[in-house]
Amino acid sequence: MQDLRDALLELIRRTSTDLPADVQAAIEQAREVESGGSAAQGALDSILENVALARENSTPICQDTGTPIFYVQYPPGWSTRELKTQIRDAVVAATEQAYLRPNAVDAVRGTNSGNNLGDDAFPTIHFEEVRGSELIVDLILKGGGCENVGAQYSLPDSRLGAGRDLEGVRKVVLDAVQRAQGKGCAPGVLGVAIGGDRGSSYYASKEALFRPMVDDNPDPELGALEQRLYEEANQLGIGPMGFGGETTVLGVKLRGMHRLPASYFVSVSYMCWAHRRRRMTVQADSIHYS
Amino acid sequence: MEKLQLPLTAESVRSLKVGDPVSISGVMLTGRDAAHKWMIDTFIRKTRQPEGDDLQVYEAIKPLMAGGAIYHCGPVVAGLEDKHYRFVAAGPTTSTREEPYQSEVMEHFSLRAVIGKGGMGPKTLAACEKVPAVYLHAIGGAASLIAQSVRKVLNVHKLNFGVPEAMWVIEVEDFPAVVTMDSHGESLHAEIETRSAQKLEALLRT
Repeated sequence: MQDLRDALLELIRRTSTDLPADVQAAIEQAREVESGGSAAQGALDSILENVALARENSTPICQDTGTPIFYVQYPPGWSTRELKTQIRDAVVAATEQAYLRPNAVDAVRGTNSGNNLGDDAFPTIHFEEVRGSELIVDLILKGGGCENVGAQYSLPDSRLGAGRDLEGVRKVVLDAVQRAQGKGCAPGVLGVAIGGDRGSSYYASKEALFRPMVDDNPDPELGALEQRLYEEANQLGIGPMGFGGETTVLGVKLRGMHRLPASYFVSVSYMCWAHRRRRMTVQADSIHYS
Repeated sequence: MEKLQLPLTAESVRSLKVGDPVSISGVMLTGRDAAHKWMIDTFIRKTRQPEGDDLQVYEAIKPLMAGGAIYHCGPVVAGLEDKHYRFVAAGPTTSTREEPYQSEVMEHFSLRAVIGKGGMGPKTLAACEKVPAVYLHAIGGAASLIAQSVRKVLNVHKLNFGVPEAMWVIEVEDFPAVVTMDSHGESLHAEIETRSAQKLEALLRT
């Protein structure tokens, strides 16, 4: 099997230091919407300055490099055991080179491992075997501030008057955004899963964050709700950093799942403006990043 | 842009109002979850006995905290091997987790500025009036940019808390922030929260 350690290190470096173009474009667009000289616009100016600086100096966009979450799609013939070892080695190397902050803290003892290796779920690696010959590794770095403001609702929710339908979904998602205020580093991107069990629902809400900032939901009904939620969340006036302003979210990505008759979960993963996600594609000897 | 030189006087703190952009220079300390819990448990509520270098660190931080600033930050640090420490990325972390502790820490040490992101609650706001002190909001995620204003890492305490949780003594120059909670009882965060809650109410009815 190929040794992908250096290539994986490069994937981590790019993810931590080089914000994807579509996310940057969304922030630039938000900057134009905020009124001149406002604290909101000032915050977005600093954010854009920081994005350029991080890219130029190859330093982390944000010091909270989060839990590294890898999604690996592998064609037949690859060993997931070997891939896992290589990914963990690359994470250690990236930590040594200060592309990642040592973030793995033993929850029982309070000790930081110092190299970003924790239990089996740290870093998090999901494997799926696929057809064809391409190996695809997606990586997202999601910091603790935005992870902490994520929320899971079980419908019906009588406090919000939210029933078991898309109207109920709309209500709880808006509630999650209001409760987050600026604490998840607004303006954020929302990944929302409707259905599933508590675990699969949160998992799918994170997967939704891999969609491009500008795209069409394959389900037109969900697409319409995405647009409505985007507009209404931005009417809340929370604004960049919670300073007040026009832009509270940069995008909303919804995903429908199946659920048990008794359960109706809505899981909201809030991703900060530093939406660090990158893909590495391996085809024979060639490696491509996007 | 108001230029602030650490340590701060009560008078200079009283002159600051919500919305004022500031630029901070001088020596400050980073401290977040583990540091706040340690200060509270060991020296303020005294629910545990000092051990190891606890008393030594306490004596070392006291003069820095008096009139000084604490920065809620868990940096990415280079030079760990040879102890030639350098901040590579150093944006603020979410401050609200320190709400149960912050006011007591401010009063105990006469801290005049708390720097972080996301704002804090009513206990901290009350302490801002009393001490007096201000809450300064740095730009969340702007870690490479803010690291540039960290000129020197002078020392580190409690590195056994881990790199993000250790108390780093840093010298900053023109560190940019905005006053979002002042010593006159004003909080931008309380205001935005109230307004957005009203808007949410209206949207839930439609």
